[in-house]
Amino acid sequence: MVRSSRTVALTAATAALVAVAGCAPQEDPTPSSTASAGASACTKDSLPTRTPGKLTIATDEPAYEPWFRENKPESGEGFEAAVAYAVAEKLGYAREDVTWTRVKFDAAIAPGPKAFDFDINQFSITEERKRAVDFSAPYYLVRQTVIALKSSKIAGRTSLAELRDAKLGAQVGTTSYQAITDVIKPSVAPQVYNSNDDAKKALQNGQIDGLVVDLPTAFYITGAEITDATIVGQVPQVGTPEAFGLLLDKDSPLTRCVSDAVGQLSEAGTLKQLEQKWLAQVAGAAELT
Amino acid sequence: MNVLHHIPSTAQQRRTAYRRRQTVRSVLVAATSTAALGTLLVLAVTGAPGWDRVRESFLDPAIARDALPAVLSGLWLNVRLLVCCAAGALLLGLVIALLRTLRGPVFFPVRALAAGYTYTFRGLPLIIVLYVLTLGVPGLRLQGMPPVLVLGGLALVLTYGGYLAEVFRAGIESIHPSQLAAARSLGLTYRQTMRHVVLPQAVRRVAPPLLNDVVALQKDVGLVSLAGPIDAVRAAQIATAETFNYTPYILAGVLFVLLAIPLIAVTDWVTLRSARRRSGG
Repeated sequence: MVRSSRTVALTAATAALVAVAGCAPQEDPTPSSTASAGASACTKDSLPTRTPGKLTIATDEPAYEPWFRENKPESGEGFEAAVAYAVAEKLGYAREDVTWTRVKFDAAIAPGPKAFDFDINQFSITEERKRAVDFSAPYYLVRQTVIALKSSKIAGRTSLAELRDAKLGAQVGTTSYQAITDVIKPSVAPQVYNSNDDAKKALQNGQIDGLVVDLPTAFYITGAEITDATIVGQVPQVGTPEAFGLLLDKDSPLTRCVSDAVGQLSEAGTLKQLEQKWLAQVAGAAELT
Repeated sequence: MNVLHHIPSTAQQRRTAYRRRQTVRSVLVAATSTAALGTLLVLAVTGAPGWDRVRESFLDPAIARDALPAVLSGLWLNVRLLVCCAAGALLLGLVIALLRTLRGPVFFPVRALAAGYTYTFRGLPLIIVLYVLTLGVPGLRLQGMPPVLVLGGLALVLTYGGYLAEVFRAGIESIHPSQLAAARSLGLTYRQTMRHVVLPQAVRRVAPPLLNDVVALQKDVGLVSLAGPIDAVRAAQIATAETFNYTPYILAGVLFVLLAIPLIAVTDWVTLRSARRRSGG
């Protein structure tokens, strides 16, 4: 028995060796060969997606406004839904070739097998996460945003110059504070808080006219936490912004193609247009100039 | 005149010479041991494997220069707050102490309230008092709500008033009852006794611990920054966040020590003076 099992193992090993040497394996599991196959072209026929000919895109359940509309990513409405379809189109997939699946945020960034080709769910690109997953090139650079109570004197103002006389607040050590001192440059000394919670309280109390936070936080605060607050507008880019990327499985054969597609959309100005349409116009976060 | 011509005996001259030698010797020993310890410390710190990195991130003169204006303007806020809060807390403390030492059953509620106050505010963490007053009270949205600095100052006065009241009370109770009895027998009213007999002695006796609390207050006034205003430490924190270099904190620390030195010197001087007086010198 011992001898025979050893023989079997030996035979299997030899067969594997021959298969590798023969360079014609049908189901070669090593990613290098698929990656090299993908490197040749980023077309629908050659892309090794989960279901050939189909693109499986994931997001969270529920998917929030204004990134998606009414929790229906397949409508293509909302900033991230629109970006996802633009990337799909760039890769040669028609609308009906795209299938949506739902994956929780924490599950997506954890290492392990993935049930999607790529996931779009406001993932910030960080070095730490890059050890567990792949990211595409950034499709969105987070902007700083001024929010105010609807009753505040600065609600409804449209330019940076009009915010000069406002008493603004931000969390200490953040890009938001930098946006106040470097871009808005108000004449009133800005107020600094240990945390956004303290700053939100001061905003509610009317101790500050406006609070500067990043745009995703602004949507969350005005949408869920302080509902009588509104977005005044987005401040021009400052400092080193947080970047959102499409998330893929670690060493996915699709990473390069997806990343290139995002890069091309960015260069063509498509992403900028989508940002304008879905974040500035539809979601009401006008750009302050 | 005789004194001028006085020549000490040989024994006395020997004694003087011996004492001088001893003094020189002890100065030399002290200098040597200080130098040895200093060298050892410098070597231990600068010879440490991470010294270069520590020096870069904590002692960068260029960054200190850049941060100085912001930290100084923050420190100005600390100084103004300190002056106002110290005055307020001393006054409140004295009043509470006087209320707590009132005699007679009719004043029981006053005594109880004063005692309750000192128990509460000495026990309550300052940061919580600050939160309640600077972020909680403005939420009431009352007419004429004072600015956040006033509310923050009030929190400091309330907290430190509790400590200072107990120091004042200790001083008042340290005055021997016979002094009170003597004053009353001379026909002084309770109020006159307090004003002319008890308090002058009591305050003098507790001046060192009072000033000590003021030195502590100096470091705590900066906590008002949690409600928005930028004090010296907050300014240093902002500068640190911008450069990822901790030198601004060291700068603020040095400025705080410089600010405290005069106050500490006064405390030492007052302590020394009262000790001399009491020993009849």
